Amino acid sequence: MLELRNVVKYYEGRPLLRDISFTVSQGETVCLLGASGSGKSTILRMIAGLDFPERGAILLNDLDLAQTPPHLRDFGLVFQDYGLFPHLNVFDNIAFGLKMLVARRGRSPLAPPARAGVTSPNAQESAFYARDKIQHRVHELLEQVNLVGFDSRKVTDLSGGEQQRVALARALAPQPRLLMFDEPLGALDRSLKEDLLNEIRGILHQTKIPAIYVTHDQEEAFTIADRILVLHEGTIIRDAAPHEIWREPKSAVVAKLLGIGNVIGGEVISENKVKTVFGVFNLDCAKSIGEKIQLLLTESPSPSGRGAALSLSKGARGEGKPPSPFRRGDGGEVIEEIQLTVEDILFKQDQFQVKARGGINIHMKDAPRIGDVITVKVQVQCLS
Amino acid sequence: MTITKNYFSLSTSRLLLWIPTLLFLLSFFFFPLFKILVLTFNPATLTDPNNLRITQHAALFTFYQAILSTFLTFALGLPAAILFSKFDFRGKSLLRALTAVPFMLPTVVVAAAFNSLFSYKVTGSMLQVFNLQPETFNFLLILIAHTFYNTTIVIRIVGNALSRLDPSLEASARVLGADTFHVWKDVILPILRPSLLAAVLLVFMFDFTSFGVILLLGGSNFATLEVEIYIRALQLPNLNLAALLSAIQLIFTLIFSILYTRAINQVQTQTAPRFSASRSPKTIHERAFVFAFCVFLLAFFVLPLISLPIRSLTRLEADRGQRTEVQYGFTTDYYEELFINRRGSLFYVPPVQAAVNSLGFAGITVILSLALGFPAAYALAKPTRLEKFLDPFLMLPLGASAVMMGLGFILSFGRLIASPFFIPIAHTLIALPFVIRTLQPAFASIPERLRQAASTLGASPFRVWQTVDFPILARATLGAATFAFTVSLGEFGATLLITRPEYPTIPIAISRFLSQPGGINYGQAMAMATILMLLTTLSILLIEKLRFNNTGEL
Repeated sequence: MLELRNVVKYYEGRPLLRDISFTVSQGETVCLLGASGSGKSTILRMIAGLDFPERGAILLNDLDLAQTPPHLRDFGLVFQDYGLFPHLNVFDNIAFGLKMLVARRGRSPLAPPARAGVTSPNAQESAFYARDKIQHRVHELLEQVNLVGFDSRKVTDLSGGEQQRVALARALAPQPRLLMFDEPLGALDRSLKEDLLNEIRGILHQTKIPAIYVTHDQEEAFTIADRILVLHEGTIIRDAAPHEIWREPKSAVVAKLLGIGNVIGGEVISENKVKTVFGVFNLDCAKSIGEKIQLLLTESPSPSGRGAALSLSKGARGEGKPPSPFRRGDGGEVIEEIQLTVEDILFKQDQFQVKARGGINIHMKDAPRIGDVITVKVQVQCLS
Repeated sequence: MTITKNYFSLSTSRLLLWIPTLLFLLSFFFFPLFKILVLTFNPATLTDPNNLRITQHAALFTFYQAILSTFLTFALGLPAAILFSKFDFRGKSLLRALTAVPFMLPTVVVAAAFNSLFSYKVTGSMLQVFNLQPETFNFLLILIAHTFYNTTIVIRIVGNALSRLDPSLEASARVLGADTFHVWKDVILPILRPSLLAAVLLVFMFDFTSFGVILLLGGSNFATLEVEIYIRALQLPNLNLAALLSAIQLIFTLIFSILYTRAINQVQTQTAPRFSASRSPKTIHERAFVFAFCVFLLAFFVLPLISLPIRSLTRLEADRGQRTEVQYGFTTDYYEELFINRRGSLFYVPPVQAAVNSLGFAGITVILSLALGFPAAYALAKPTRLEKFLDPFLMLPLGASAVMMGLGFILSFGRLIASPFFIPIAHTLIALPFVIRTLQPAFASIPERLRQAASTLGASPFRVWQTVDFPILARATLGAATFAFTVSLGEFGATLLITRPEYPTIPIAISRFLSQPGGINYGQAMAMATILMLLTTLSILLIEKLRFNNTGEL
């Protein structure tokens, strides 16, 4: 469906995006994850036609979009700060795109989009989206985003969560061919975030509209994505399903960015031995002897009461928790026992977060004492 | 009981702060205003068909020229607002500052500048080329001078609103299917509506009450309400008619002020400060627009301002009665002539005396307006309900035109206005609202906690005043003083009505030189206007610097 081919973008004379290529298929939700300033939003702006790549192409159904202005692309974009029109009420905000459709009389140079839903207009119908059809569609959307009765409210009087629902409805109204979310929940508080995230997921599944969701929050990414693209220093360093990334982040950057396990340093001392501050592990990282490498220590099954599981990431519990990542000795990973000296203990509701020497975090059911030496089982894998 | 008593004594002592200012306004503003109104509602005034006919004609012409001027101002101001708010380019802040310069310049300077730009030869050839009547040409000149004056209002109000506009709104609209036309029609213009309305009203109000520019560039043929008041007060005395015209003028000005206040309040509540959305021009269209428009703005704002000093140093025509061969080209004669008291000249004193008078009047205005403004601003910094009620009355002189104040003085004080002291009093009336509005936020910004902190750290009351209050107030006071000084230096309308030939000010001298034939008179007008322009520009720079530092600190 949508394809980015070798897209290059400069910002103030320096390369921001070096060589971005990816595709989004029909009905798929792709999450772009990266630190702030990594160029995620710029990718969205380029897809929307609000910004232009220096090189490369953006294609929709194999059609180059370079010559298509933003208002003829039939995409939807939801901003972090909502971008609601302050002079229009809720109804008119949601109806805006529909009215533009009428004004345009269906003069889209693109192939007629495959639209879902009852009101799906054919080419003629979309030319004259009658007033009652607009009204019907807006009410349908208000119901979909749980804002029934909000029609004539001023958008400036709404809460942040309500405003974002209006923005979502507004983007959905003209049945776009692609939905883009630019950190849509960034300005909302935690509980609201979870609710709205689930609603967005539900709506995306229901409408089957392909979506690109940009965030720097790995929790959001794991919850909503069918596929996660990790953006780092202008390139996509990982492109895989959430559970695959969780199981095998492959690089230290991805592990750190997604808060997966603990990353430690090590040195290859023989073909299948790596030396670390926690001892020598039997591990084949396919690296030459003497090379400095990084290893990932993750949670391991711990049958014994006192045996610890290494921390996932803070807050990775509860709903949306990815599948258990342990796997035994498959290529570059092993299960090892290491000893840790407890430096600090934090109470975290159903367990204790233990900070150990060497910058390692683990979670335990019972609190040890500071200075205790504990033995834990960890899964160790090589990172690039 | 004690509480009530304390409360009462507190408010009486506070009321003392108000007495000088209120007395001043009562005797020099409200009493003359009362005199005008009494004369207006005199049956003899209202039943004279001639009075009504002239008033109607003047009012219609005032609206006509103000509407045309406002239209021209927006034709230039709106693209300029877009230029400054949407694009970044080299020299942007300088160009923006340049567009703001005319607004602070005295009307006589602007009139002289446009006069210098279109010398007789240029005018003559333009009349021929475009087949214009001299009247029409003068009218166009007035409209252009108004545009020159007020474009900065559009740039400031509309441009600020545009640059505060959340860029994601435009992006949202585009993605939702709006082309450029619909983005402007359905999103940007509706959101800017309060700002546009405020700018229209303010520009219109300035054009409506314009006096010096019209009188000096058009002469008494262009009978706006203001010009007609002046004519009926001095040239063809009919004080009843002058009063009627003033009352009509005041009613319209009040209506516009109220509408403007409502519009500008909406602007403030609607747009919160945002990050800048300006960027460098990218497409060829954008670059062409930025380049061409910058060049045009530069020419439009620089040409009159540089033609004035050039003209003051160039001889282009023979002096009156000169028989010897004329030395065309560079000359400093006009400046030298300012120091000579010639027999048969316009004044009984050398023209440079006008500068001395102006500086003297300006000095008195500064002292008077600070003396009256300080206590009032102090009280208004933390106003009681009564004081909040009094506040608009202090600002009322802003709504009255200078010419009307002059008329009020003539009606109220009769022969007394032969005394030169009425000039700084009139100037103080005009400057006082600005002085209070400059000082009031400074008083209000002095944080009580800072004072308390200083005193708990062991500072004596004097030390507290010296370290906390003084630095904040000193800057605002200097700013207010410079403002009063500048207002007095350039004031034309009121001074023209109440001045005596023995005490000319710089603007009066310029206007008289301009109205006399002969190269040497004209040259002296140019020389004096140049000096006034330089003095005013220096003051503006000082005010800007003080204000900039102030906001940086607060």
